[in-house]
Amino acid sequence: MREPPGTTGLILNEPLLWEKGKKGRRGFSLPRRDVGFYPLDEESFGEGPDFPDLSEMDVVRHYTRLSTWNFGVDTGMYPLGSCTMKYNPKVNEKLANLPGFSGAHPLLPFHHCQGALKLMFELERLLAEITGMDAVSLQPAAGAQGELTGMLLIHSYHKTKGRPRSKILVPDTAHGTNPASAALCGYRPVAVKSNEAGVLSPEPVAQAMDEDTAGIMVTNPNTLGLFEENIQEVSEIVHKKGGLVYCDGANMNAVMGMVDMGEIGVDVLHLNLHKTFSTPHGGGGPGSGPLCVKDYLQRFLPVPRILHEKSEYILSEDFPESVGKVHAFYGNFGVMAKAYCYIRSMGPENLKKASQLAVLNANYIKESLKGVFHLAYDRPCMHECVFSDRTQRAFKVTTLDMAKRLMDYGFHPPTIYFPLVVSGAIMIEPTETESKENLDLFIEACKSIAKEAEEEPELLRTAPRRSRTRRMDETAAARRPCLAG
Amino acid sequence: MKELDELTLPDDLRYAEDHEWARMEDNKVRVGITDYAQDQLGDIVFIDLPKVGEAIEKGTRFGTVESVKAVSELFMPVGGEILAVNGDLDGAPGLVNQSPYEGGWMIQVTPDNPQDLEKLMTHEAYLEMLKGLE
Amino acid sequence: MRYLPHTEDDISSMLQAVGTGSLDELFSVVPENCRRKKPLNLPEAVTEWELNELMQALSSTVASAPDYKVFMGAGSYEHYLPASVNSLLGRSEFVTSYTPYQAEMSQGTLQAIYEYQTLVARLLGMEVANASLYDGASALAEALLMAIRVTGRKRVAVSCLVHPLYRRVVKTYLEPTGYEIMELPRLKNGRTDLGPLADLDGPAALAVQSPNFFGCIENLRLMGEKAHERGALFITCFTEPLAYGIVKNPGSQGADIACGEGQSFGIPPSFGGPALGMFASMAKYVRNMPGRLVGQTLDMEGKRGFVLTLATREQHIRREKATSNICTNNSLCALGAAIYMASLGGTGTRELARLNHDKAEYLKAELKRAGFKLPFDCPTFHEFVVEFPAGFELRHKELLGKNIVAGLPLAPYYPELCNHYLLCVTETKSKEDMDVLVREVAS
Repeated sequence: MREPPGTTGLILNEPLLWEKGKKGRRGFSLPRRDVGFYPLDEESFGEGPDFPDLSEMDVVRHYTRLSTWNFGVDTGMYPLGSCTMKYNPKVNEKLANLPGFSGAHPLLPFHHCQGALKLMFELERLLAEITGMDAVSLQPAAGAQGELTGMLLIHSYHKTKGRPRSKILVPDTAHGTNPASAALCGYRPVAVKSNEAGVLSPEPVAQAMDEDTAGIMVTNPNTLGLFEENIQEVSEIVHKKGGLVYCDGANMNAVMGMVDMGEIGVDVLHLNLHKTFSTPHGGGGPGSGPLCVKDYLQRFLPVPRILHEKSEYILSEDFPESVGKVHAFYGNFGVMAKAYCYIRSMGPENLKKASQLAVLNANYIKESLKGVFHLAYDRPCMHECVFSDRTQRAFKVTTLDMAKRLMDYGFHPPTIYFPLVVSGAIMIEPTETESKENLDLFIEACKSIAKEAEEEPELLRTAPRRSRTRRMDETAAARRPCLAG
Repeated sequence: MKELDELTLPDDLRYAEDHEWARMEDNKVRVGITDYAQDQLGDIVFIDLPKVGEAIEKGTRFGTVESVKAVSELFMPVGGEILAVNGDLDGAPGLVNQSPYEGGWMIQVTPDNPQDLEKLMTHEAYLEMLKGLE
Repeated sequence: MRYLPHTEDDISSMLQAVGTGSLDELFSVVPENCRRKKPLNLPEAVTEWELNELMQALSSTVASAPDYKVFMGAGSYEHYLPASVNSLLGRSEFVTSYTPYQAEMSQGTLQAIYEYQTLVARLLGMEVANASLYDGASALAEALLMAIRVTGRKRVAVSCLVHPLYRRVVKTYLEPTGYEIMELPRLKNGRTDLGPLADLDGPAALAVQSPNFFGCIENLRLMGEKAHERGALFITCFTEPLAYGIVKNPGSQGADIACGEGQSFGIPPSFGGPALGMFASMAKYVRNMPGRLVGQTLDMEGKRGFVLTLATREQHIRREKATSNICTNNSLCALGAAIYMASLGGTGTRELARLNHDKAEYLKAELKRAGFKLPFDCPTFHEFVVEFPAGFELRHKELLGKNIVAGLPLAPYYPELCNHYLLCVTETKSKEDMDVLVREVAS
């Protein structure tokens, strides 16, 4: 059996930027001055910022060392539930940075940016096909912004029907951005409890749904990794009272080529290109959150929209019922280009295969760890599975302790304490790009940790022990915030 | 986190459903959160309290208490005018964790109806309620 | 397929462990009526070599440097990016990592973003900056919502010289909740007219851009005073952070919130995105701030480290009562900006800003000399407005054919300003480039 990835190694310290450098040092080749100096009026002009002066080597060492304190998908397995930390293909990085794309000014006349407009136009159609929806806007800059745009769209729809509504149904398993986005739109989120099987039942939805409710925000598969098997009936109940069905598509990686969202009653859906479509997470973005809608809602999509007229691609603002703009320009084009490359590289069969293997990997982990951790819902899962710390709490060991100990074994912890419906939740999403050997190493590590929880719990409570820093004092950070140096 | 039998629930206080306690002191009511609440929240980092002189009804929100990982709203166990607010909590929110019934008190209220205190739970009833939550 | 490691053997042994007969059977939980009837109708997979070709073909149709001289700004700026910046930004430990919720494994991102927050706060003269928002436009919308939360008031005043596309995003964000936006008109000299502010009852905020959309530097100190007189928060926004290399920063002029676009620092134009929403405020408002915040702390052995903090403002804890719904932001872009600012240094920032300013002044002088009218008599940074003769659209189009983009026409945004064009000069334009431009527009 192979050794777990986690080990010790020499890692170097690195001070803060302003603790280095010397005034007058230069890290930048200043372009040649070929014009004279012009006067600066005293009222408008001043001193400039207090930045440290560093040499190029100072800067390179600084960030190289900082990078060694990080852990990426390229370093090791990152089984974060609902984040879909799959491999980020390098060719996509290279091609998204071709000079015509990276150097493109967004306000160029259409004739001079056809390649960029064509890429976006085609990507819209690819995403529409994958989701089974009719029209797409690539403008939202992240999933949460896609949700907001979807809420705005639903709000506009009801306004044009002459009856603005004030509430929206949100399952108890929903991601925090769902109620937050709804509230930004002036909707009051009304919670709907999932049943003992972990999915929505039609009855509580029917009870909560009325003519003052704008619709429902579902996630499918949901955050417990389960397919919302009653979705057709739930959608019918909502539609009957004139509401719309919004689907948070964060978990799309489970169902590509398998499920047609348009067919099951979804009216509006957002995608996360930085999850399902392999664009890198970047330590917290940039992402991209395209919004996909049914035909009768496309008139509300943000503007400008890309049209193909007389063999030219153009941007059109001629949509008087549009919700408006959520981004100054067209969204995160640089991210879209990577997703486009991914979809073209995978093709239809491999996208379906990716979903099948993602689901296989998650079920394999579920079966292997079933006796080790308490399984929240003992039924087949989709691309992620949820455990809890119920078993280990008998030894006064928590989900947090086990997550920190996983680091010592060389794995990024899974998502913890979410969804809220499972106390001490541990949500594991391996994705399809992890091989069986890696999954087996992860499973072995989890088994070792469960054993340590019983026999040597102190190891867990003081974990991580091999990282550069130990557990942080988050309380002090919040009581006496120090947010700038 | 504490087991139920490890909690401190003084018998001279009254308890509300959402984990506030109330103590009558010379016709004034002192309010804070229970040992159970502070234990569930974890290290408290910030408390948002009303201003002296504000009149707030029973059952209405009077503030929020934040820990590193959670936020909880605070509701008036009895209605009335805010007579005093514990200024120590500004610089030392941890007092609520260390001493939830003494140093960690939150507000003092001139009650509209002093009899409302009797409608709140005794420490035994509160413990029963907590058992039901598990 | 090179991204899918499973062999047939892997699949069969794993199916056995799961107790399922086939991959399709794994999906038996999905009801029949939810399944796709037809396979995905997408183009067949391309090889890496075919992908290279098709992307090159698309890219080559776009007008960009060095082939084209683009004299446009308006919220997207061409600056030189040193090789060192791109090289460091490409390190996969930064690129392929997740949001730093597990602090011990993410100290690289956390320290880098803490440094970014500090540099942004120093640049803008403010006390606290967040870890980034999506772009300048959404940053302004969030700033206005924050001012509404802080003051409890429902009306805001926004200058018509704030970037027109930013104002549209603001309208989209504020409309559903019924907050009122009063648009302030402009003066003949290219600055904002604050007159109507006196008629606005109970303003939560006054928002202006400086340098504004016409490139003019506003008198922020005066405007801040007026805002505070009315009990409103003073919000300043910007599209070009390099301006603050020499322009007086918003903090020194009374801003309560300073926000805007940081793309110029380390991020190429990228057809408008990804961008970088910079956001900073006075410390007393920090609990109302949107977006992530990195704070300094100690670990359990007393070693300095960094964590995401004050998370109870955010959606994953506060849910519908959060200060914003933002989750994924633009962290890698913030990192790029920090590396760029670190490379420039304080001295370099001042020099580069001065160079941008002086190059634009040169072009202004040459255009004046050639007989063109510059209608706004105000100090500018590196953007300014020129009035070209009637019918210039034709010449503008001809110049496109000569690989020159001679400014952005203002008429679509300010209909009364036909024949007016917004020009931008950065350090990427040589004296020769500018001489050619003047010669071409004058002929």
